[in-house]
Amino acid sequence: MKYAYFPGCSLESTAWDFDRSTRAVSRALDVELEEIPDWVCCGSTPAHTTSASLATALPVVNLQKAHAMGLPVMTACASCYARLRTANHKIRNDPEERARTQRITQQAYDGGVPVRHVLDVLVNDVGTAEIRHRVKRPLTGLRVACYYGCLLTRPPEVVAFDDPEHPRSMEDLLEAVGAEPVEWPLKTECCGASLSMTHAGVVGRLSHKLISMAREAGAECLAVACPLCQVNLDLRQADAGKAHGDLPDTPALYVTQLLGLALGLAPKQLGLEALTVSADSLLTGTGLAMGDLTG
Amino acid sequence: MADTLLWEDTTFVEEVERRSGSPVSACFQCHKCSTGCPTAPEMDLLASPIMRLVHLGEEQAVLESRAIWLCASCEACTTRCPMGIDAAAVMDALRMMAVERKVAIPDARGEKFNRSFLGSVRRHGRVFELGMMAAYKLRSGDLFSDVDKFPRMLAKGKISLLPKRSGEAKRLREIFRRAEEEDKKR
Repeated sequence: MKYAYFPGCSLESTAWDFDRSTRAVSRALDVELEEIPDWVCCGSTPAHTTSASLATALPVVNLQKAHAMGLPVMTACASCYARLRTANHKIRNDPEERARTQRITQQAYDGGVPVRHVLDVLVNDVGTAEIRHRVKRPLTGLRVACYYGCLLTRPPEVVAFDDPEHPRSMEDLLEAVGAEPVEWPLKTECCGASLSMTHAGVVGRLSHKLISMAREAGAECLAVACPLCQVNLDLRQADAGKAHGDLPDTPALYVTQLLGLALGLAPKQLGLEALTVSADSLLTGTGLAMGDLTG
Repeated sequence: MADTLLWEDTTFVEEVERRSGSPVSACFQCHKCSTGCPTAPEMDLLASPIMRLVHLGEEQAVLESRAIWLCASCEACTTRCPMGIDAAAVMDALRMMAVERKVAIPDARGEKFNRSFLGSVRRHGRVFELGMMAAYKLRSGDLFSDVDKFPRMLAKGKISLLPKRSGEAKRLREIFRRAEEEDKKR
């Protein structure tokens, strides 16, 4: 299994721990990643709300590079994932958009490079049976709320590796490594995403709703698969508590960090020290081997 | 508001349909988009009334709303619309039209953030968070929000002091220039 890896801008900065843990679990599971050389920003929300032409051209520059590598793309950021898939969708279904994008990038592209999210690759390519087999330190008793947010499963015509209203892949993955995912109703509700910079108050309200509902459902932590979700639930958690009522410390870990722990990787290999709401007490409280985790 | 429910002027709805690639005129006001919208409590107009105002040609009311800039692009509306209207794409189209037509945007933070973000990508090929945040703060005048988080983010390596440039940065400037030209032709 080999993929052209597209980290994206967040994984170089606010979500470097997502990058580190994605690479670490991939290595541990024999998934080979070759970073796309000189990749460029996918444009994210600012491009698709500003320039229809740029919103397709920026992802396509990266897809053309992956095409030259002869590999399917794997990315971990949910926003990059949605933008790359949306560009493919437009190029395949709109000949005018395809011609326009060729004029802009001065290169042909047919929309044919497959784009996969790391969660999709883990559950559907590596497979939960294989992952269960590789567990070294089961997450026994860890009650986790799997949070998908918006762009991993929406819109279904564009992304489509799981159900748009009731996805299960993260639960399947974490169950396979011994955790106990809770059932909760907000797993695809938006956290406010990029409004984080401009309308932090809105994000605080939404994050508070998500964290308190996860708690009410019995979870002690959240599993996420998007850098924006992670920032909004982790870095902004204290502000959300101040504005809307106290919240018990609820770590929001990347699903790759939780998986990595179960595969026996050390916290440093997974970037756990980058969390604002520390996961230390949570992990010492479970059946996980303590000494390994604090090292 | 229009004094009649007849579609007297279809220019606006046609333009929004063309730009969003969505059959906005098929909206029959079931309000699924509004009821599932995460930012509805902060919006001055909900998504379904926006569709109706587009039908009615109420360009100014729609383009000068706060709501179009509060859409988080979460695609819940798009996923649930029984008529196949990509409501999130409609919001994108309305934001672009508001900027192009130079209407009075009541809350320009989103537009300023977009410019700061894309300026960073244009310069470096990737987003340089610190530079982008500084540019946004200067543009918006919102100098102090979140400054309490900077030391922690720096200490945790979540923002760096120097940009990480893509080797394609130079080519990307040309791509930005050509995309702007193509946008004008749309």
